[in-house]
Amino acid sequence: MTEITTEKARIGAPSAQPFIDGFTEEGESLSPINAAASKAPLAGEAVKSHSHGGGVGIPDSSRAGRLTSYTLADFKPLTGLEEDWRFTPLKRLRGLHSEVLSGTAPTVTVSGPDRVTVETVARGDKRIGSAGIPEDRVSANAWENFSEATVITVPAEFEADTEVNVVITGQDTAAAAQHIVIVAEKFSKAVVVLDHQGSAVVSENVEIVVEDGATLTVITLQEWNDDAVHASSQQAKIGRDAKFKHVMVSLGGDLVRVTPSARFTGPGGEAEMFGLYFADAGQHLEQRLFVDHAVANCKSNVLYKGALQGRNAHAVWVGDVLIRKEAEGTDTYEANRNLLLTDGARADSVPNLEIETGLIEGAGHASATGRLDDEHLFYLMARGIPEDVARRLVVRGFLHEIIQQIKVPALEERLTDAVERELALTEN
Amino acid sequence: MSTLEIKDLHVSIDTEQGTKEILKGVSLTIKTGQTHAIMGPNGSGKSTLASTIAGHPRYNVTGGSITLDGEDVLAMSVDERARAGVFLAMQYPVEVPGVSMTNFLRTAKTAIDGEAPKLRTWTKEVKDAMQKLRIDADFAQRNVNEGFSGGEKKRVEILQLELFKPKFAILDETDSGLDVDALKVVSEGVNRAHAEGNMGTLLITHYTRILRYIKPDFVHVFVDGQVVEEGGPELADRLEEEGYDRYATGAGAATIAAAQA
Ligand SMILES: Nc1ncnc2c1ncn2[C@@H]1O[C@H](COP(=O)(O)OP(=O)(O)OP(=O)(O)O)[C@@H](O)[C@H]1O
Ligand SMILES: [Mg+2]
Repeated sequence: MTEITTEKARIGAPSAQPFIDGFTEEGESLSPINAAASKAPLAGEAVKSHSHGGGVGIPDSSRAGRLTSYTLADFKPLTGLEEDWRFTPLKRLRGLHSEVLSGTAPTVTVSGPDRVTVETVARGDKRIGSAGIPEDRVSANAWENFSEATVITVPAEFEADTEVNVVITGQDTAAAAQHIVIVAEKFSKAVVVLDHQGSAVVSENVEIVVEDGATLTVITLQEWNDDAVHASSQQAKIGRDAKFKHVMVSLGGDLVRVTPSARFTGPGGEAEMFGLYFADAGQHLEQRLFVDHAVANCKSNVLYKGALQGRNAHAVWVGDVLIRKEAEGTDTYEANRNLLLTDGARADSVPNLEIETGLIEGAGHASATGRLDDEHLFYLMARGIPEDVARRLVVRGFLHEIIQQIKVPALEERLTDAVERELALTEN
Repeated sequence: MSTLEIKDLHVSIDTEQGTKEILKGVSLTIKTGQTHAIMGPNGSGKSTLASTIAGHPRYNVTGGSITLDGEDVLAMSVDERARAGVFLAMQYPVEVPGVSMTNFLRTAKTAIDGEAPKLRTWTKEVKDAMQKLRIDADFAQRNVNEGFSGGEKKRVEILQLELFKPKFAILDETDSGLDVDALKVVSEGVNRAHAEGNMGTLLITHYTRILRYIKPDFVHVFVDGQVVEEGGPELADRLEEEGYDRYATGAGAATIAAAQA
């Protein structure tokens, strides 16, 4: 890739230094902040009743200081100037931030191993609120308006040998709210696929509980129709020695904004977060993720890759990684790579790494946006491969690194085909 | 019988300091069955000649011509040249992330032949060719050149030469970075391809070492963008002893001895 912008940092600093010298790249925020709010990243009842995560003395720029609340009214109406909305065209949200979300929620159909339970529950169910608190107005609006939730539970010690398929099909385009809870109980193992299709205008909260020792993969596919508008907050709470893998794929929809988060609540946890997006002319695909290293000795690895083509194709990637004071022994790396296939497309890429302790294994980030590398194309063409085929080979290869993380063959094939269809559009 | 004809070729590149002329009138005719060695010091323009024949966009042809059996090569795109039968084994093959060797080889073969090779025979052909070049079978699953050592990259270039069966092979310092064993293996590959009788070879090298394994019919000495002397294989022997010094036109011309040090 010909790199237009790039920044890279890798800190391996198991020293006693309380902060790291000379780490001054753009996107960094290293103030030793926020001892007060750095307790419990998410703590059930206590937080529910005291819903503001923020407080006095917490700089706005710190991810730890962000307002969290179950109550819509706690969030001010959006102006578009807010840090976390500055890239989003609010006009195209179709009321997700401003209207009562009373439309019909997309239908949810779940299939999978028998022992995985699927329940439709009312708002009062005790599992609701077990992994997530809205962090923005659109998410809070969904929380305030959803009427029933789907709860999927992988029972303790059960190892699912086939994936759990959750097909979420949009019904119409009246603004709606959706709520899904996924619980992987202790020492269970499963792959859950959230497969978003059809036309919808929906704000969705997905709560993910990965209990101690569990291994859970959540794959969220946004293959919406062209007119869909979708905001999805997907918050995972990761227990002791638990492994969580999140794979996000956004291909379809007019505006899709996915905000996944992974919060460690016990030592020994691992989170891998992968993303693939392919933005066409006029499409806005936004992904903002948050990894909260709140406890010691956890690992996280983030890689998002995107391809963009056509006029006003817009992709946004913001990666917030917070290593709190108590998160000694953290090892984290995050990277975002974008490939601009045509003029007129735009990718914004902002890695934010906040480090409050020097006692870590490593922390780094990288971000690069570029065009197809002429030398790659030359090599392939010098072997007789026509330019259009060569371009496709390279882009397919670039994105395949994410697809191969899915490890569900049928799904990998489906997404490979979907990418192929996107690429076929480039030539027109 | 085919002919690749280079006539009075002038090539320049755009640098930050402005346009720089690198090839200053090169003429060369290669016929099927012949092996021509081009020898010259660092920076004399050998790779420029090779890349220009292949059509690398960095090089601007400001004069002269290249034809293949009378067809204007300079008017062809890079991929058209390859399909017309020109193959460049590169001095520094690039890594192409995300594209597997298997997929790449099949796609290229399909493009060159105009139809997909029969899967069964193709797979076997690739396997055999890899074996002969002592390339591990698992390289087929790896991405093109990714993480290959310098020597492995060169073997993979020759693998392609054997599989694609070009009319003209241009080997740009295929010998550099190879130990003696690898040099033999790679030379044998070139000789096998040559023995099929449908290929002409332009062998670019800095050292005479490879000429012990691949016998040139003609040797051209290249200095400062021009052919300064031509002869038979005996010219290579003389260069071995005397170096490029006697052609030195100024600073920058190195000797073989110095280069080998
Ligand atoms: N992209 C470039 N920018 C600036 N100068 C270049 C560029 N490419 C080639 N040159 C210059 O052109 C001249 C010829 O280079 P070339 O690579 O063709 O030489 P060579 O004979 O292949 O050398 P070597 O034996 O080192 O491979 C050199 O002076 C080189 O510095
Ligand atoms: Mg060279």
